[in-house]
Formats: sequence, C-alpha cells, structure tokens
Amino acid sequence: MTDLQSLDIPPGSSHKRPLVVMRNVSKSFSSGTLALSDMSLTVEGGEFVSLLGPSGCGKSTALRIIAGLGDTTTGTIDWPASRINVRGLPEGDISFVFQEPTLMPWQTVFGNVYLPLRLRGVSRAHAADAIMTALDTVGLKDFAKAYPRELSGGMKMRVSIARALVTKPKLLLMDEPFAALDEITRQKLNDDVLKLWRDTGITVIFVTHSVFESAYLANRIVVMKARPGRVHADFPLQTSLERGPLYRASEDYRAACEKVSAALLDAMGGEAMEMH
Amino acid sequence: MSTASPVPTAASAAKNRETLLRILIPILVVVALVVLWQVLVTATGVPQYILPGPGAVAQSLVKDWGTLAPALWVTTQITMAALGLALIGGVGIAIFLIQSKWIETAFYPIAVILQVTPIVAIAPLILIYAPTTQVALLICAFLVAFFPILSNMVQGLKSVDHNLLNLFDLYGASRWQTLIYLKLPASLPYFMTGLRIGGGLSLIAAVVAEFAAGSAGAGSGLAFRLLEAQYRLNIPRLFAALVLLSALGVVIFGITSFIAWLGLHRWHESSVRREN
Ligand SMILES: Nc1ncnc2c1ncn2[C@@H]1O[C@H](COP(=O)(O)OP(=O)(O)OP(=O)(O)O)[C@@H](O)[C@H]1O
Ligand SMILES: [Mg+2]
Repeated sequence: MTDLQSLDIPPGSSHKRPLVVMRNVSKSFSSGTLALSDMSLTVEGGEFVSLLGPSGCGKSTALRIIAGLGDTTTGTIDWPASRINVRGLPEGDISFVFQEPTLMPWQTVFGNVYLPLRLRGVSRAHAADAIMTALDTVGLKDFAKAYPRELSGGMKMRVSIARALVTKPKLLLMDEPFAALDEITRQKLNDDVLKLWRDTGITVIFVTHSVFESAYLANRIVVMKARPGRVHADFPLQTSLERGPLYRASEDYRAACEKVSAALLDAMGGEAMEMH
Repeated sequence: MSTASPVPTAASAAKNRETLLRILIPILVVVALVVLWQVLVTATGVPQYILPGPGAVAQSLVKDWGTLAPALWVTTQITMAALGLALIGGVGIAIFLIQSKWIETAFYPIAVILQVTPIVAIAPLILIYAPTTQVALLICAFLVAFFPILSNMVQGLKSVDHNLLNLFDLYGASRWQTLIYLKLPASLPYFMTGLRIGGGLSLIAAVVAEFAAGSAGAGSGLAFRLLEAQYRLNIPRLFAALVLLSALGVVIFGITSFIAWLGLHRWHESSVRREN
C-alpha cells in the first residue's frame, strides 16, 4: 500500500518530502534500560546531520533503529520519499558504517565490497564495475585483491565505506566511524566523506564524540541528552565557505565549534544536575 | 644477507634453506632413533620375541605383506568412512541445532549424554545390533569422531561477529545467504579443529572397537592382526602392524592439516606467518 502511495508523486516533483521521519520513538531493552524516550527527528534529503551527546545517551540505538536493526518499542519510522519493502525499510536506500570496519576476513577487499550486491543476487561480473568505482572513490582500487589483514586500520575503514557506497544509497548512517583512527587519517577521511557528500548528494547521519569533527562536517547538529535518550538541541551550522582546509582556519569554524561545544555542555550539565 | 646478491634472492634462498631444514631435521631425528634402536638390539642381544630390531620388523613387513595389506585396507576404509560420515553428520546436525533456541534446548542434552558415555562401553551392544562386525566398527568410530566435530561446529556457527550479522540483516540477507556467506565461512577454523581431532579419534576408535570385537577372518583389520601376532608371539609382525597403524595416523594427520591449511592459509591468523 505504502508502495503505491509513494509512487503517486512523480520523481523530481517540486514538492519536497523528507527522507526519513522518526516519530515519538521510544526504545526499552529487555534489561529494562529506557534507551530512547519519545524521540522525534526529521531528516531532509541532502542534509549532513551530526548526532552528538554524552556516552550512553542512545545515539547508536537511534541509528540502528533508523536502519531497521531492532524494533521500536513505541513510535514509527517513516520513509516518505522511498519505496519500502515488507519489512518497512526502503529497499537498498540505507547503508551503515560501524565503528569497527566489520569486514569478512576470509574475503578479499573486492569480495567484501561485493557483499551487498551479492546478497541481492547480482553476479560478480555484473557487479565488478560498481565495485571498482566504489573502491576508486575511497582510493583503494589497487587493493582489490588484498585481504583485510594486509590493510591498515584506515584502509579497512575505507573498504567499509566503499561497501556502504556500492549500492548507491540515499542515506549513509555512520556510527563513530573514525573514532579509532589517528588524527591525520581521520581528517583525510573526513575530507573524503565531505567530497562524497558534495559529489553525490547523499544524506549522511554521522554519530561522533568529537565537537571538532561535527563542526567541520555537518550542516546540522543534533545534540542528544541521556537517561532517557532524547533530542536536546537541533540547529543548523551555516557557512558561506566550502568545507575544507580554508574552512578549518576560518572564524566560521571557530564559532561553530563553540556553538556545538556549548550545546553539548548544556546537554551534559542537565544530566549532572539531575543526578544531584 | 652476507652475500652481495640482491636482497630478494638472498631472502628467498634463506627461505628455501629454512624449508629444507624443516623437512630434513625431523627425518634425521627419526633415522637416528631407528639406527640407535638397531644398535641397542644388536649390542644387547635381546631375543626377537621380546624386542625385534627395525631390520626384523622391516623383514616381517615384507614377508607378511600378504596378510597385513588387506588388514591395512580394511582399517583405512573404516576410519575414512567413519570420518566422512562424522563430518557430514556433525556439520549437518550443527546447522540444524543453531536454527532455533528451542531446537538446541531440546537436542543438546541428548548430544551431551551420548558424548560423555564412553563409546567402548556401548561397543558390545553395537556388536549385537549391527549386521556385520565391519558395520559395528564403523558405527563406533563414527560416534567417537562425530561429537568433537559437532561441538566445534556449533560453537563456530554461534561465534559470528554480531556486527557482521547486523550488516547481513541490514542488506536483507535470507537465512540461507547468512548461513552460506557468513556463518559457514566464519566457522571454518572451528571446523578444521573438529576435523583434526575427529581424524585422530576415528582411527583410535576403529582400533579400540576392533579389540573389543575381536573379529577374525578375511575382513579383519590391523587391530585384529596385532592381537593375533601377540597371541602367536610373532613380535616382529606385531611391530609391523604397529608401524602401519602409525603410518596411517600420520597420513590422516597430514591430510587433515593440509585441508586446514588450504582453507585458512590466506586469511586466518592460525595459518598466517607473523610479519611485523
Ligand atoms: N543490547 C542492549 N541491551 C541492553 N541495553 C542496551 C543495549 N544496547 C544499548 N543499551 C543501553 O542503551 C543505552 C544507550 O546505548 P547506546 O549504545 O545507544 O549509547 P550511545 O549514545 O551510542 O553511547 P556511546 O557514545 O558510548 O556509543 C545505554 O544505557 C546502554 O546501556
Ligand atoms: Mg554508540
């Protein structure tokens, strides 16, 4: 039914629909933890949203629920602009990059990036072009035949990103993808993700602990509060500069860092007061 | 590295030398022990019916080849057939057990009871029920080899990285695809452990069960020939049978190790040379 509903608006219609709408979502685990409480969030196509908050506030849980990994306790996730399948998910529109590269050690880089297409029944020969393009995007074309154990941490993460891109998703969910990497690699990958975002118009929801990373990447900041998890602050970050080395040295960036930092402190301060 | 030749040649020469030594040293040790054995036997003049020298054993091996060879063939067949059936059964039932928690809850205790019961104690019963002694031996050897393979496989199939399982869920993988592309390859190292243990145990069980059965005649295996030689105080032949049994054990070990190497050498830590 929903399939038909989403079809009757022609693509390219001027009437823009949000990509994903989280409506009053609560999530409690069997252990009794209320990880999310009445969380609502609407993400438009093409946004780069950075999700921040104190540890344990439910960022990963929110991301997993958006991806359909685990049900909501109450509330709904809607995909107004997508065709959805029987599981209520937009077929092939979402990709996930975990904090760990999460590669299959028995497969080559090529085989790992092939996975999403293989699961859809695409033959290796038909998938080859898409795979090599995705590997090219992350600069690993020459490593297609290598096994994960032969790669550095940063390279494994790039493979993970290539795998996420190979299906040409509309929404890229990233859960602290670069937290385990050194500063230089992290900045390099940040620039790669930004380039990808600009070039493809993909929508990104990016979970991070780093104020600097979120201020550098995102054009919208969502700060969450813990116990129970909910949205505490939600604001855009505007700049006339293109995000890059120039932006990193600019007054806009410094102001953005301060703004994000203040919002985060506010979210955490509230928690500290509740504990008294 | 002391030579003036280019580094790759020097390195590969060093590697070749190491491989040669790896093969040569154990052979030399075995040869030395055999020579020592012969020297001791000759020097002390121990009678042949107590401890024959390697020369006498070799003679007996040649002289009694007519009776020993068919026995070797019978034992080989029983061991290999038992191992083959144990592999099929162990993997098949492991896959069945992990399908649902309830199946596992229902059947695992039975598997444990069967496992902890000493199979040799069931052997007399099996001998009564089985149509021929050979079948009885096969069943015993199968039962002994089956459980290590089963329990290793169950553990392997269940120890799959949760993030990878999430990834497969995200891409809408079917149960079947998750089994073929994720669970089976991930449990390969466990399977190989089961295979090596099972290979050794099936030979032991084939021999022990034949001791218990004490079958005579054309279809008897090496264990019976061993008992027979002892009964007739034909000690060189007893040793000859023993040599054949340990050769069979070595061959099985070699084959299972080679299979493990084939399956794992490109990706698994256990088979990969450490290079820092
Ligand atoms: N599988 C689970 N079972 C029970 N409780 C869980 C589970 N996963 C998460 N939680 C709980 O839910 C809450 C939110 O967890 P979540 O992992 O979403 O936090 P997070 O914001 O991602 O934290 P971090 O920044 O440390 O990654 C925590 O209190 C956590 O203990
Ligand atoms: Mg998290």
